[in-house]
Amino acid sequence: MTARAETGSGAVAPVPSAVAAPSRAAVGLRRIPLHLAVLLLCAAWLVPSLGLLISSVRPGHEVATTGWWTAIVPPLSFTIENYVQVLTRRDLGLSFMNSLLITVPATMLTVGVAAYAAYALAWMRSRYRDWVFLLLVAMLVVPIQITLVPVLRLFNAVGLTGTFVGIWLVHLGFGLPFAIYLLRNFFAQLPSEMLEAAAIDGASPFATFFRIVLPTSVPALASLAILELVWNWNDLLAALIFLGGRKDVAPLTVAVSNLVASHGEGWQLLTAAAFVSMTLPLVVFLTMQRYFVQGILGGSVKE
Amino acid sequence: MLPERAAQLALAVLLVPAVLVLYLAAVEGAVRVLPSRRQGQVRPWLWIGPAIVLVAVFLVIPAINTAYLSLLNSDSTAFVGADNYRYAASDPGLLSAIQNSLVWLISLPLLAVTAGLAMAVLTDRVPYGRAARSILFLPIAISAVAAGVIWRFMYDYRPPGAAQTGTLNGLLTGLIPGAEPQTWLINSLTNNGALIVATVWMQAGFCMIVLAAGLKGIPDELLEAARVDGANEWQLFRRITLPLLMPTVTVVATTMAIIALKAFDIVYVMTNGNFDTDVIATRMFKELFSARHYGRASAIAVILMAAVVPIMIWNLRSFRQQQAGGR
Repeated sequence: MTARAETGSGAVAPVPSAVAAPSRAAVGLRRIPLHLAVLLLCAAWLVPSLGLLISSVRPGHEVATTGWWTAIVPPLSFTIENYVQVLTRRDLGLSFMNSLLITVPATMLTVGVAAYAAYALAWMRSRYRDWVFLLLVAMLVVPIQITLVPVLRLFNAVGLTGTFVGIWLVHLGFGLPFAIYLLRNFFAQLPSEMLEAAAIDGASPFATFFRIVLPTSVPALASLAILELVWNWNDLLAALIFLGGRKDVAPLTVAVSNLVASHGEGWQLLTAAAFVSMTLPLVVFLTMQRYFVQGILGGSVKE
Repeated sequence: MLPERAAQLALAVLLVPAVLVLYLAAVEGAVRVLPSRRQGQVRPWLWIGPAIVLVAVFLVIPAINTAYLSLLNSDSTAFVGADNYRYAASDPGLLSAIQNSLVWLISLPLLAVTAGLAMAVLTDRVPYGRAARSILFLPIAISAVAAGVIWRFMYDYRPPGAAQTGTLNGLLTGLIPGAEPQTWLINSLTNNGALIVATVWMQAGFCMIVLAAGLKGIPDELLEAARVDGANEWQLFRRITLPLLMPTVTVVATTMAIIALKAFDIVYVMTNGNFDTDVIATRMFKELFSARHYGRASAIAVILMAAVVPIMIWNLRSFRQQQAGGR
């Protein structure tokens, strides 16, 4: 094995003894620029979110007159007034529920329908199977814009514009190619002996699917569910177009972008509203980062 | 309204899984009636069926329909031939949007992949790399709307002399004596770049994660051997790591190219396309909702689609090669 594997994740291999080894201190000194670069990158990536978070708990008149960085030295004056305001008087509470009502069923539908299709594509023999999968791979990069006008006309004709069912169907139809792609690749790697043994024991495909395939694929299903949840939650374009601008069904993304557009809002309210809209994805991300990364690596053909 | 939504949510969370399971149960019941020889032929299509119908209704048919609608007038009642495309080729607003999208298409992959590569390589060499990666990766979970608010605040402008509230102008006026605060989102020299930088902040973490996985695939023996031969770290990166990482870099860069072409949310929230920052997608939205011109909106969508087709073909070819190599 290599030295790197022994020293654990990410540590640089020690200089081989064949080469005149510089002293420990010299190596440490030479690594200072490296540490500086990493810390600078982290700071640069953290500062924008930090500015948002701090401003959201400052009184409005202070946000308007001083930089957020002045708030971290005493005298400290923080408040939750901005959150109280956006959640009650600005109806962001309702938008939060709308976001849930759009996101959760849409994600369930996508994972379910994709799981059937992926299982059939991976394990059932059929003549045009490869062509169907190829078509789905082609659909992976299709921009949603190419479908907007006809789907909007269809929805207007059948009365689905402005309904939750309508937006579930849009997220479902549009999310399926990626979802099937991700799951099929995972299902195809399940050991065939396991599935054949079940078939010999007389298990129906239905039983095999629910008793063997789904339980052994929990990591893949979790990765997909998390990615879909976050993508659907963060969607703005589909909500803008298919919910028809109605306030009572608007998700957080639409509500926050309306607050931005109405200009009159102070930064303290905008920042609090933006942070409210970030809560669910951040909680999901921080608690289930491993699945998040796996999902992205498993399907890195798409975003 | 809130209790009503809560009830709807509870109902949906119960009913949706029930419907999903019932569908399969019904399919199995129906298949069992068939003679056993036919069962194996019919079953796959019933399992894939819902997905095929949905993808057809929401993707394939609309895409074809859009191409047809782009040849019709504003409310799709009369055939106008190539008029909408002639409009696209001559309207200054749309031409500037296409030009901006080209700037996005070149700079976003370049900047996001470079940043992601630097992050992957650097965090690989420090003991706290995992924690650093979590921080760098975090923006991927944030919506473009929230990121838009975050970066509008970063670029916030106050007149010279007043206390700056935007981080960037705060830094600029604080660090360089006599420097004037800049109107980053209004000045047409900086505003497109400002939007792209915000997108790089969101996407570099994705590039880093995929590139870091590629980095793990490079055998340590190779780097070790080169080190023994006296190569320095930069030479190692330039001559070994980068060439071996090229396939991953290409995948990441094409993903960024697609994101650049589709860019909508961040522009909509931060500038709404004002001050010459329109891109193809925001322009299409305006044709659809402000001008209510279905023909022109469809033509813009077709132009966008045409830009994606080469990436799609490349994707399909590499997918087929993978399949051929895997068996």
